[in-house]
Amino acid sequence: MSVAIPNVPARTSRRQGILASRKGRVGFAILVALIAIAVFAPLIAPHDPNAIDASRILAGPDLAHPFGSDALGRDVLSRVIYAYRVSLGVAVGSTLLAFLFGVPLGMYAGYHGGWVDTLIMRPIDMVLALPALLLAVALIAIIGPGSDVALLAIAVIYLPILARVVRSSTLVVASQTYVEAARARGTPSRRIITRHVLPNAIGPAIVQATILMGFALQIEAALSFLGLGAQPPTSSLGVMLADGRDFLTQAPWIEIFPGVAIAITVLAFNFFGDGLRARLDPRGVTR
Amino acid sequence: MSDAILTLEHVDVGFATDDGTVSAVSDVSLSVASGEIFGLVGESGCGKTTLAMATMGLLPASATVSGSVRFQGRELVGLAPEDLRRLRGDRISMVFQDPMTSLDPAFSIGEQIAETITAHRNVQRGQARDRALALLADVGIPEPERRYGDAPHRLSGGMRQRVVIATALANEPALMLADEPTTALDVTIQSQILDLLRDLRQRLRTTIVLITHDLGVIAQLCDRVGVMYAGQLVEIATVAEIFRAPRHPYTQALLAALPTQHQEPGSLRVIPGRVPNLIDPPPGCRFASRCPYVMDECTIVPPLAHESADHLIACWLSEATRAAAHPAGAATGGAA
Amino acid sequence: MSGQVVVSDEVAPVQLGPPILEVAGLVKHFSTDRGLFGGGAKLHAVDGVDLQIFPGEVLAVVGESGSGKSTLARCILRLIDPTEGRIVFAGQDVLALKGRRLAGFRQQVQPVFQDPFSSIDPRWRVGTSVAEALDAFAIGTKAERRARVLDLLDRVGLDPSLVGRRPHELSGGQRQRVGIAAALAPSPRLIVADEPVSALDVSVQAQVLNLLADLQRDLRLAILFVAHDLAVVEHISHRVAVMYLGKIVETGPTEAVFRDPRHPYTKALLEAIPRPDPDRRMQESVLRGEIPSPIAPPSGCRFRTRCPVAIERCVTEEPEMTLFGEGHTAACHVARAELQKQDHQRRQ
Repeated sequence: MSVAIPNVPARTSRRQGILASRKGRVGFAILVALIAIAVFAPLIAPHDPNAIDASRILAGPDLAHPFGSDALGRDVLSRVIYAYRVSLGVAVGSTLLAFLFGVPLGMYAGYHGGWVDTLIMRPIDMVLALPALLLAVALIAIIGPGSDVALLAIAVIYLPILARVVRSSTLVVASQTYVEAARARGTPSRRIITRHVLPNAIGPAIVQATILMGFALQIEAALSFLGLGAQPPTSSLGVMLADGRDFLTQAPWIEIFPGVAIAITVLAFNFFGDGLRARLDPRGVTR
Repeated sequence: MSDAILTLEHVDVGFATDDGTVSAVSDVSLSVASGEIFGLVGESGCGKTTLAMATMGLLPASATVSGSVRFQGRELVGLAPEDLRRLRGDRISMVFQDPMTSLDPAFSIGEQIAETITAHRNVQRGQARDRALALLADVGIPEPERRYGDAPHRLSGGMRQRVVIATALANEPALMLADEPTTALDVTIQSQILDLLRDLRQRLRTTIVLITHDLGVIAQLCDRVGVMYAGQLVEIATVAEIFRAPRHPYTQALLAALPTQHQEPGSLRVIPGRVPNLIDPPPGCRFASRCPYVMDECTIVPPLAHESADHLIACWLSEATRAAAHPAGAATGGAA
Repeated sequence: MSGQVVVSDEVAPVQLGPPILEVAGLVKHFSTDRGLFGGGAKLHAVDGVDLQIFPGEVLAVVGESGSGKSTLARCILRLIDPTEGRIVFAGQDVLALKGRRLAGFRQQVQPVFQDPFSSIDPRWRVGTSVAEALDAFAIGTKAERRARVLDLLDRVGLDPSLVGRRPHELSGGQRQRVGIAAALAPSPRLIVADEPVSALDVSVQAQVLNLLADLQRDLRLAILFVAHDLAVVEHISHRVAVMYLGKIVETGPTEAVFRDPRHPYTKALLEAIPRPDPDRRMQESVLRGEIPSPIAPPSGCRFRTRCPVAIERCVTEEPEMTLFGEGHTAACHVARAELQKQDHQRRQ
């Protein structure tokens, strides 16, 4: 049951910003660190990720090699840093690509409705109906493997999700009186979409995209694990997981550290997404 | 008042928010006599609904209630949640504004009434059903036998509100709190519901506290009325008195703001200014900043005092208020 | 036909000059959701409405839910297209307007809506909202538009310093003033106001009603005022049209309709107003039953199912508009028969 709190005039001093919530703060901090690692990989990595050291084959962690070494004696920490760069690039790139196409499509469909809606959303629903991984595998089977193809495949999986989210928030916004008022005032519909609908309807899609970015890392890893993503000599977290699985009992560090990197990233994106959700709601009524 | 069924004394309600504590209800004292229809009127945010919720113990955890709420002699403030729950829907019931959301869409209207009965009374299902049917007939639902199994959405707004009222009456409560029960209804349907409430009071002697912003509804239905402004109770009088001779400047202004055909368009009386922020409200009378008669004393809260047997007012303009603030003998300078 | 006016030969229709807006035979049907097995029903929202608004007058359209009054307003604003009928504004066929001409119409006919909390964009600053139509039509230079916005804020009683505020910093009454300022921006000739004060508190409502009355007088605006609150209507409007289930049942000068209502529905509506006067407690409400569904409106006179004076003829034959006084018409068989009887007696 909701009780109207009387006369708190205009939540003027509402604490703003993603940083208002602790989750948002934590997510934000981790993401900044992770992105820095990806961007400055060459500066941070202590060793050459591809340098083979026969003396350190499957050697465990020590001070010089905190994450240990792999089956070819390569430094796992350096490899994780470089692989992370590739994986994060695929995750961010694929989500941005899906966002760039999915948002306008969903918004257009939601605002205009009728046959425009049908024309745009039916094919999108069909894509959505297919199992995501199967879709990606099929796509890679057609174009061939590679991290850029993985990026494209993930974008194809994500586009319908984002289009759906935007469409439904657009439907809500489009039914608001201020949109009707704008139409009656003579505001052209292009302007209504860009000035009224977009700013008010995009919030949920941004939140969704943030969370999807985290999961894109997992999909990329899955594809690479299956040998469908990044191809040698490029490494990604999934490739590392695939490489390490034969030595799981002898040298678990090869497997653990890429896995932990994925987990942390997914968690950070989720936290950040939750923070955004609170921030983007114009009335701040979440929680 | 010896036959008071509900007595509120110095009730304060505050809501904790990020920006500070909102003083939603401030030092409200009133009593409702058994069998009467008492109206609580005021504009949005004046605290009338909060006050009712406080009475029912239905406020969220962010609210703090102090003071005393006595129902049939029993103190409700600080009562265990389980005891309050047992009272609600049994001795005290509530009718809300929106008849759609106060009914569960998944259950038939008959079952909802019967459930209210079995939740509080140890009766057979068949008995509860018979009672529910009788109640549906009581509130003017045609063909109750046929309607018993209907889902709420199959009924019109007016019929739904009748069902809500039947539910509220299920256990023959001593007190019914009705919060804007006709506000969501069309005017011709509203007049039917007002008929019904009047008729129920006649037949069942249920005490009704009616919360509304509509002075017309107050005039049509209530015996006595309390006027609230920004969390303070500023005046209590019989309905006849309030409309004939309002004493508090806010009540006067509110009545003068009602549109009538006698006034030239554009010449309605308005109340200048705004309701004060209830986080850190100004001390004293909260209407002072908008009051045409404001004076120095208004920074001190005027006590609600008897002007006559059944007319109370909280305003320094009133001799009664002055007398109550400075009891006989205690001269003005005495306390200094 | 509902469009016909039967003139009793005692009174002649009033001359008010050419109307600024004329609606003729307006019909709007919505098809309800088709069920799984087809066969959707038709909702008769507006079912043959004729009305005229003259320059500088306030015409109130009153009715309860399902009366079609808001649908009528939305048709006039061209937010939805009517199923049938004509709307003529300043000599132009509104329904045929496109492109630049439609924009010209929109400039002259502006809306004010009910809910001050949803009718302005929560993310827009006050100034941007007020300037929306000016920007849309590119009226004046940027500096001129800004000056006009400040002027408008002052005109509607808002401190021009509020220009940079966002809606959540304003009260409901202030927001409604922003909505009114936005409507006034392109200097319209007609304002279509859909329940502009019904979401406001009494004291704020009085302020907004005063503002609308002042603006109307000073700017010679015509206002179509859609409302359900008869006290408000009685106060502000010059003429009133009473709607029931998609049809106008009575129309005329406000004073005449309120003093001498002819249609039984108008009478019942007036009796049902809870008057803020304990000495005038209403009698048992006259109207029994519910408002019928606009999906299957009753045959003949739509009000007959709730009418206390219905006769057999009401079931089979739709009543025509009858003139009862200067500009005062009502569609009721019973009232008409009475009038004819009176005329007959007077002639003898």
